[in-house]
Amino acid sequence: MTRFTYPEKNDLERFIQARYRKAWVWEIVFVCSLLIAIIALSALFLSVIDDAFGYVAYEYKKDPATISAKPLTELSKEELLTILQTNLSKGAYGKLDKEQPMTERSQADLLNLVVERILQVKTRETYTLYRSLFDKAGIESEVKEKFPEAQLEFRSWLSPSFLTTPQSSKAEFAGVRTAILGSLWIVSIAILLSLPVGVGAAVYLQEYANKTSFIARVIQTNINNLAGVPSIVYGMLGLAIFVRAFEPLTSGALFGITDANGRTVLSAGLTMGILVLPLMIINAQEAIKAVPDSIRQAAYGVGATRWQMVWHHVLPAALPGILTGSILAMSRAIGETAPLIIVGASTFITFDPNSPFTKFTALPIQIYQWTSRAQGEFHAIAAAGILVLAGMLLMLNATAIILRNRFQRRW
Amino acid sequence: MQPENSQYAIETHNLSIFYGPFEAVKDVNLKIEKQKITAIIGPSGCGKSTLLRAFNRMNDFVPTSYVKGEIMLHGTNLYSKSIDPVEVRRRIGMVFQKPNPFPKSIYENIAWGARINGYKGNMDELVEQSLRGAALWDEVKDKLKQSAYALSGGQQQRLCIARAIAIQPEIILMDEPASALDPISTLRIEELMQELKKNYTIIIVTHNMQQAARVSDFTAMMMLYEETRSGTVIEYDKTEIIFTRPRDKRTEDYVTGRFG
Repeated sequence: MTRFTYPEKNDLERFIQARYRKAWVWEIVFVCSLLIAIIALSALFLSVIDDAFGYVAYEYKKDPATISAKPLTELSKEELLTILQTNLSKGAYGKLDKEQPMTERSQADLLNLVVERILQVKTRETYTLYRSLFDKAGIESEVKEKFPEAQLEFRSWLSPSFLTTPQSSKAEFAGVRTAILGSLWIVSIAILLSLPVGVGAAVYLQEYANKTSFIARVIQTNINNLAGVPSIVYGMLGLAIFVRAFEPLTSGALFGITDANGRTVLSAGLTMGILVLPLMIINAQEAIKAVPDSIRQAAYGVGATRWQMVWHHVLPAALPGILTGSILAMSRAIGETAPLIIVGASTFITFDPNSPFTKFTALPIQIYQWTSRAQGEFHAIAAAGILVLAGMLLMLNATAIILRNRFQRRW
Repeated sequence: MQPENSQYAIETHNLSIFYGPFEAVKDVNLKIEKQKITAIIGPSGCGKSTLLRAFNRMNDFVPTSYVKGEIMLHGTNLYSKSIDPVEVRRRIGMVFQKPNPFPKSIYENIAWGARINGYKGNMDELVEQSLRGAALWDEVKDKLKQSAYALSGGQQQRLCIARAIAIQPEIILMDEPASALDPISTLRIEELMQELKKNYTIIIVTHNMQQAARVSDFTAMMMLYEETRSGTVIEYDKTEIIFTRPRDKRTEDYVTGRFG
């Protein structure tokens, strides 16, 4: 037998060291890629936070001293009510009363109304968080110079009231409540459509269909491709089918509602349902594929039919994976903007959606609309909206991870 | 064709099993005796498992697989068009090589098979009887609701045996049931088989010759044809004859360990 030569002794040592050095270079490359990703994400996140908190220089159109001797925060409910009654027109007061009886409103609510309607706040300038923390003196002197009448206040645009206040045309008083509710309605309808249809299709494709047949392969390829189609195409599909062709259904005319058109929450929900459907099918297929074949064989071995095997063994075992996937699909549905614009999300509605047949708006749409305004305060609340959206997505993904971990232990 | 009360549990007539164009098993004629243990032995890849799985129509799940010839149970060909494979598997149970209990509780593993086959009687009693029949009752009687996956490998395999006998089959097929287990568990399974044969006919595939010699009453020796790579039964007789004075030289070479 021939002996082949390999490096030995000193040569060997140098050769090994060279290999370690090469490996170390690659390690550096990987660490650098990770660092770049972290820096990019942090920069994005920090710039959003920067806009969402900071000093605000604002003026009252009407001087608070003219309507009350005491500082406004010290007024009682009755005093606030009187101020409102005397200073608002009869029509405006009546309208507010109709929305919610004035006597039932909280003091904070009445105070807000006073400030919003009577004093009429006008924001002169917003400052970023970075400047607010590190250049307070600079801000103060600038405000004194440019806006002598204005007051300076540290405002966190993301606040609990931001979440519960409906939309308003004035940035200082706008909230995302309508948008959040709209998004939740849309996602619920989307899941109601895509979960049963998606799982059913996956079960058929994995357990019943002859996977080698031409038709099955064509269908599978098409589903995989549909998952990558740009979402705006789904928007156009939704417009043509749900908003226009199915208008009697989506506007509620079939159910006796006559004052709506096809641009309703239902259309948007159905469109998003179709959008996440390929994802759902692929995900459910993966979950079903992951169920070991030994379980199927065992079920057949005791004389089960294919349906019994699927319903009692495969689906329960695949359920955790299907759940995780559906939550991830929900995350996708919440963030999509383009299809909703086409299907006709309203950019300004103030009432909460209370049925599938109402006009709607959604969180990404709201953010988009606010960022396209010129004034700085709208950018501030857009940033706050982005943080709300990020928070919702984080919660959804955390739920997915927790659910997945909880169910994985069973194996 | 074959009287009800014949001594044979199941017979094959000129049975050939194909995977597509490939003839995996060729021309097998076996008469399996009732309430005896029949072992199928032979070198790797000679078609033992394929032959075993043909008995309860598990090969049906391989898309290109088909069968020529007949397998007769109570005078009916199992592969005739009018026979429902689901019914076949109810009468002919199977225990697999790697223990595969359902991801459910121990109780539910046994109860599920019974329930889908229409059992309406006292389930607790059936579960207990099946577990006793598999020599597992004493070890699990306090933890019936626990997951079957908490059991050891040997216990899981005995649970699979209990699951198989719960639906009261006539024949139990065992595909190398102890090959994934340690020697002690193997011994317990072999003792169990001696008990089981009082009520059931057992056909076992094993690549462990000593096990076949210890456990079985009859042995079928399978071998590959060199040219076509098809397997067939070259000798079938009482176990003691196969292992002491076999007729075929290839059988003698195999059982004495000259190759394997």
